[in-house]
Formats: sequence, structure tokens, C-alpha cells
Amino acid sequence: MVNGAAPLLELQGVKKYFPVTKGLIMMKTVGYVQAVDGISFTIKQGETLGLVGESGCGKTTTSKMILRLEVPTEGRVLLEGKDIQDFKGEELRDYRTIVQAVFQDPWSSLSPRMRVRDIIAEALVVNRQVSSEEVKNRVEEVMTQVGLHTDQAKNYPHEFSGGQRQRIAVASALVSYPKLIVLDEPVSALDVSIRAQVMNLLKDLQGEYNVGYLLIAHNLATVRYMAHQTAVMYLGQLVEYSDTEELYKNPLHPYTKALFSAALPSHPDMIREEIVLTGEVPSPINPPSGCRFHPRCPFAMDKCSEEAPVEKEVAPGHLVSCHLY
Amino acid sequence: MTVVALPKRGFIDSLPGGPAVTQGLAWARRYPLLPGFVLLFVLVIPAIFANQIAPHDHRIGDLDLVKRPPAWIGDKIVEQTVVQKQDRRVARQGEITLSSATRRMKRGTATFLEGGGDGTVDVGDKLRVVIRQGGTWTYPLGTDKQGRDILSRLIHGSRVSLTVSVLAIALGGGLGVILGLLAAYKGGITDTLIMRLVDIKLAFPSILLALVLVAAWKPGLLTVIIVISVLLWARYARVVRGEAISIMNRDFIDRAQVAGASDWRIMARHIFPNLMNTVVVLATLEVGHVIILESTLSFLGAGIPRPTPAWGVMVADGRELIVAAWWIFFFPCVAIVLTVLSMNLMGDWLRDKLDPKLRNI
Repeated sequence: MVNGAAPLLELQGVKKYFPVTKGLIMMKTVGYVQAVDGISFTIKQGETLGLVGESGCGKTTTSKMILRLEVPTEGRVLLEGKDIQDFKGEELRDYRTIVQAVFQDPWSSLSPRMRVRDIIAEALVVNRQVSSEEVKNRVEEVMTQVGLHTDQAKNYPHEFSGGQRQRIAVASALVSYPKLIVLDEPVSALDVSIRAQVMNLLKDLQGEYNVGYLLIAHNLATVRYMAHQTAVMYLGQLVEYSDTEELYKNPLHPYTKALFSAALPSHPDMIREEIVLTGEVPSPINPPSGCRFHPRCPFAMDKCSEEAPVEKEVAPGHLVSCHLY
Repeated sequence: MTVVALPKRGFIDSLPGGPAVTQGLAWARRYPLLPGFVLLFVLVIPAIFANQIAPHDHRIGDLDLVKRPPAWIGDKIVEQTVVQKQDRRVARQGEITLSSATRRMKRGTATFLEGGGDGTVDVGDKLRVVIRQGGTWTYPLGTDKQGRDILSRLIHGSRVSLTVSVLAIALGGGLGVILGLLAAYKGGITDTLIMRLVDIKLAFPSILLALVLVAAWKPGLLTVIIVISVLLWARYARVVRGEAISIMNRDFIDRAQVAGASDWRIMARHIFPNLMNTVVVLATLEVGHVIILESTLSFLGAGIPRPTPAWGVMVADGRELIVAAWWIFFFPCVAIVLTVLSMNLMGDWLRDKLDPKLRNI
């Protein structure tokens, strides 16, 4: 494959196991938390992939591996066809400008002791040889783009509201002309009234910068509004992966259906298929045999507990891992 | 339901001297910086302007005026009967030996009450003896056994206390902060090594450790500073590590890593500024600790060598005369207590202002 044709980001069978240790001195490994267990997906330049799933299913671990904050136990994360774990020196600095992140909680993601202009400029100052004049101009440019006043640059984060703080976070992710931004629940900590503003801002900026997003969310409406493609995660694995519209119109996997039926409909009179899941998410230390969803699945068959389903393409671009199909 | 009778609001006022206490508490509430200002006067201003403020030379005393009490204490006069020279026995209360009576008569500190018609002192005469002369305002807090002005020595001693506390805290605190940050940031084996070192340090009795260290080097100001900073760093390391770990769990550290900041930059620009409150509060609270340590070392003879007037040295020198000349011992103690108390009060106040999470330090 020619480099230019490689997708912006590609995950190939990525796994992350955290060892569980016992004992104070000997630290015997007694098992592994299989936080992420073999997931693959791609993100194209300028497109958004939504990653949906309940808490603890490995969404954040996946994003941390893409951001090089965690090293995958197995599998590869490729940025434009190159494994990000191989980056060193100049390549690593490039990677640090190309891939950026916006975190969930804008109260915790901005250092309270730094001025806004320093927070925003960080990725630029650290990775590039730029004059302070250029930095100032670029910071003012992104601040304007995200809808902040440039005279607020000298303020500290506590002087801003939640929505403004998230704008600061977006500005700091944009400053180095990234190609991929990992959005880890970017609007879930915000007031409902501000969510739409920030989502629209993110969409506008995507058009402007042609930047790819990995949108991690548990709010299905957010994902539907923003994502071109959606992947559904359950207990460290992808269960369904499709174009967003296709997935929302025609969810196939029982878990996806359950997720949709748990979300509030846009109209209260809408008649929907109700799937209520019972029980808890099983422990990722000792996941169920066969299909990981089978203990909670209303359609479980004998086969489900014995054999792990393989991904099947049921429609063009619509992948499901379920024995029903 | 039983009702516990609590003192009413005016309870303190009803006690003798109560209104003054209430007034004082109200003042303390209204002016929380007051202890700091007391401290400034007791420690900082005298330390800086010691040469200008001190009324006398702190090293050379007046041997004619040894062991003079503070200015407000008058002559101590007793009536004594002259007795024959005592063999191997001190004169009893109310008695004076013939030889010392003659000597005092010559000096003019004794006058006849009974007898002495012939102008010479005889056994059986009653004398009025000034056994201790009162203080003079030339030496407001009295003099020590070498006739040196205690006030001047206190003023110069504050210089020692200030130098030692500032430098020892800067050195020990700096070391502790760096090690604590490293332990928190690197984790793993580095963390284990540093924290076990802290445990070892904290398991040692500090005075013993200090004495051993001083014995190994030559005593002096620099040695004392180094020894005290060796005693201090562990506490900083432990507190800073805990704080740093909690800061590192916050998203802005992840964000800095994503932005490509180096380890050094993350520690210096992202973690350390958020630790400043803790470090400042700890430093203020430690000043009292350091002054006491320095005084203890000086008292034990392992601190600042004489004739530098460290407060601890002054206490040690006054100890043997604690009955005969209590002021030599008393005023350095007061200086230590005042300084430590006001520093602790200021530290408490700073802590409450900057970081209420640290209440239990």
C-alpha cells in the first residue's frame, strides 16, 4: 500500500492487558484485566469515528493507546501507515503535533496555574522552533476560531465557565494543525445548552482543518450528530461497526439494540423494540467464554457460550460480530 | 432529652480578666496577620539591622557589671549577722563570714545595722548587705556572666536563627521537593528507593543523627545548616510525593504528554506550580521546627560555636545559673517561644488561606 493512500489512523488487532498483581513484595501476577481485546478500525482524513459503549468497556484505554499514553500489549496503531510505537526524535515530535486530544472534564484538563495562552501554545512551543511572535499570532488565531476573545489570553482557567474551558481545550488541540483529535467525551461534562454549541464548533473546525476525530461518547445522540462512522464496543471488543446512519437505522447486534432502546427516543410516542439488559457487565479479568455478551443476551443460543463470533459484513461497510447473522 | 448546659456567650466575660480575653480573641480573628508582624519584629528586623539596633557589643562584656538583672529589678538587700569563718561549710541563711563581710564593706555594698562602732567588722555585728545589685537601663534585659548585654546578644542571635532557618529550609525543602517529584513521576523502582530512604531517615532519632553528623564534620554555621536540611528533606519528599501523585491523576498531565512535553517540562511547568501552596505552607510550618532544632543543637554544643550568640547557646550558658541569674536563661527561651509560636500561627493562617486540604499536617 502506498503511504499516501493509507488511512489516517488504523488499529490492527490492538490489545491491552493490565496485569493484576497480588502480594506486597513478590507482586505475583494472578491475572490480566483484558481492557481492550483485539479491536481494529480505521479513521479517514477529515472524518469522525464514534466509539460507543458503556463505562469500563475499554473506550478510554483505546484512546490512550492512540495517544501513546499506553503501549498496546499486542497489535499495532498505525498513523498514515506507520506504527506510532516506532516514532522517535523528529518523527515523534511530528506525531505529537499531528495527534491531539480533548478530554472530558474541562475542570481537570487545564492546569490551574497556567495562563490560557501558555496552555494553548504548549504543543507548538514544545515541538516546533517558533518565535514568540508567531506563537502569539497562532494562539490568537485559534482563540478567535473557537470563539474566545483574544484579550482573555492572559487569564487563568478558573476565570472561565465550563463551555469556555472546553473551547480553550479545543483551541489547544488545534494550535499545531493536527490531523487527528481524540475527543474523549468532549461534551458530556457540559450543560445541555452548551453541548450543541461545542458540537457545532467541532464540526465547523473539522471542515476548516480537514481533521479526523475519534469521538468517544456514551451519548448516542452526540455520536449520531457528529460521527460519519460508529463503532460499538462491549467488554474490550467491537461488536458492531458501520456508517452512522446505517447503524442507527438498522442496528443488528443485540447489544447495540439494547443501547438504543435504553436511550430516550426523540418523541415519546415512538414505538420501539424494548430490550432491557439484566445483570452487570462481566469482569474483564475473567470474561465469559464464546461471545462475551452471551450471559446478558436475550437471544443467546448454545453456540454463543462455546464459540466466539467472527466479524461478518452483513451489508457494505456494516460489520457485526454475532452468531445471529 | 437532657439538655447539656453550655456556657453562654458571655461566660468568658464573667470571669475575672474575661473581657480582655474576649477582646484579644476578637483581635486575633480580625487581624490574622498579627502573629506575622510580631514575628517580623522578633526575628527579621533585628536580624537584618543587628549592627544598628544592638545597643552594645555582643561579644565583649563589662566585667564590672556581670550577671546584672533586667532593668526593672531593683537591688536585693538582706540583713546578715557576721559569723566566724566557717570550715567546709557555707554560711547559713542570714549569716555572713567575717572575710566576705570585710570585703563587702570595702566595696561599699554593706552597711552597719548594729555594732561596728569601731569602724571594723566584728563577729556578732548585724549588716545590711546588698547581695545583688539591681539592673540599669543601660542593659535593659541584664547581662550574662561575662557582663555581655543580653539584648544585644538576642538581637544578633536572631540573625543566626534566620540564616539557619531560611537556608536549611531552602536546601532541605528543595531536596525533598525534587526527590518527592521524582518518586511520584517516575514511580516503580525510583519511587520505592526514594520512599524507603525516607522511611529509613524517619526511623532515626533526629537529634542522634544530627549529633553524629556534626561530630563527623567541624561545627559551624554551614554544618548546622546542612545537618538540619538532612533532617528536613524526608518530610517534604513524603508530602510532595502524595500531592504530586494526586495532581498527576488529573487530565492536564495527560494533555501535556499528548502535546509532547518532556518529563522535565511536565514536572517543572505542570506539576510543580500546583504544588507551590503545599510547599509554602510546609516551609512556614517548618521554620519553628528548624529554630528549635538549631537551638537544641547549639544547646548540646553541637551547633553554632561560641562566641556567636545563637539562642540555643545562650540557653545552654544560662542553664547553670538558672537559680542565681534566671534572666540569662529566660530571655533566649522567650525569643525562641515567640518566634516559633508566631511562625506556627502564620503557617496555620497561610495553610487555611492557600490549601485547606492540609489541615492534618
